[in-house]
Amino acid sequence: LDSATAAPPHPVARQAFLAAAEDGWADPGRLYTPSRRARHLLDAARETAAGVLGVRPDELHFTAGGTDAVRRAVAGVRRSRGRRAVVHTAVEHSSVIKAAGDDAVSVPVSRTGVVDLDALEKALNSREVALAAVQSANHEVGTLQPVAAAAEACAAAGVPLLVDAAQSIGRAPVPAGWSLLVGSARKWGGPAGVGLLAVRKGTRWESPWDEGAPDVPAVVAAAAALRAVAADAASESVRQAALVSEIRRTVAATVPDVEVVGEPDERLPHIVTFSCLYVDGEVLLQALDRAGYAVSSGSACTSDTLRPSHVLAAMGVLTHGNVRVSLHSGVSTEDVRGFLAVLPGLVADARAEAGL
Amino acid sequence: VIIVIDALGKRCPLPVIMLAKRAADEPPGTEIAVLADDPAAALDIPAWCRMKGHTFVATEGDRHTVRL
Repeated sequence: LDSATAAPPHPVARQAFLAAAEDGWADPGRLYTPSRRARHLLDAARETAAGVLGVRPDELHFTAGGTDAVRRAVAGVRRSRGRRAVVHTAVEHSSVIKAAGDDAVSVPVSRTGVVDLDALEKALNSREVALAAVQSANHEVGTLQPVAAAAEACAAAGVPLLVDAAQSIGRAPVPAGWSLLVGSARKWGGPAGVGLLAVRKGTRWESPWDEGAPDVPAVVAAAAALRAVAADAASESVRQAALVSEIRRTVAATVPDVEVVGEPDERLPHIVTFSCLYVDGEVLLQALDRAGYAVSSGSACTSDTLRPSHVLAAMGVLTHGNVRVSLHSGVSTEDVRGFLAVLPGLVADARAEAGL
Repeated sequence: VIIVIDALGKRCPLPVIMLAKRAADEPPGTEIAVLADDPAAALDIPAWCRMKGHTFVATEGDRHTVRL
């Protein structure tokens, strides 16, 4: 139940990887026959992925993962435009916030995680801005962002817009209006270590550092998995959205003192997050793991830094006892009901352990 | 009179648990100040107030005051 971190490899990705490992091992930049074969596979993968995303193949770069794509996007715009400041929502992925660094303006969000468009517009016009970053949807709570409206504000201010679509690619159509788009293959069942960066023609961006030779078999696997999940996305989204609605309802009804967070309707189909009062997130996460359920948590005790999730903090919701559930095509209705059946008892145990 | 709970050095959710246990014995209108330096306390004590129908008064440094 943690596809928002990484979905299990799609069967098509495995097959494509093994085939491409035979035929596509060579450096696609050389002129001999094995290299031409690798080049051919890489070009085909690029066309496949570009077709799913609705971009031109020459707008699409494969990177060493989502974080690498974000860093290239930010550094490449800064270099080309000669400006440093990045305006981003307060709930962007940590890779965006880290890439933006000190020269950044964080735009607040609502209690449900939606960016404040007035504050965004003000920030865009307050100083010389290199780039704005608005995610397609939030990775911790599933809230959809108003990307089309943000894109209008960016266009009016003459600022390029980076859309981190890591959580929505392969599940929902790519929102319009972006200048730079990033994604991460492991979120849709491709290999870890493959990311996408699409740069719209006309965007002032230059590659900030040498791209190096791509991992052709991994890229081929990522593109094959993307095509496969996109083909099923319409029906899978309906199925998963119904399961998420069931989780939202059932958790609120069966677990006392719980807060289900994020937008109830304008949300991704596969992510749901809730926080349980008086519960140590790490204790609950480990109890769920022992029961066979892999979930993620934004609680401080589960992070390396012992600080609570910046997303939950920006929303102003309870940060302890936090659980994020995220679904994929391999999660059945029975799996979800099994999870919902054990959860109230495990929360009660964790509270009893704390003396409540 | 303000009741003071010393939760300095305690990790969340302990400061909120200490607050909830004490609050259960006190009448409405009571003010409780929780001393807590865990960074999550500044977020979770206001959230507790919202969820349980109490009033969050203020955070000053490591001192978080609520009114039942």
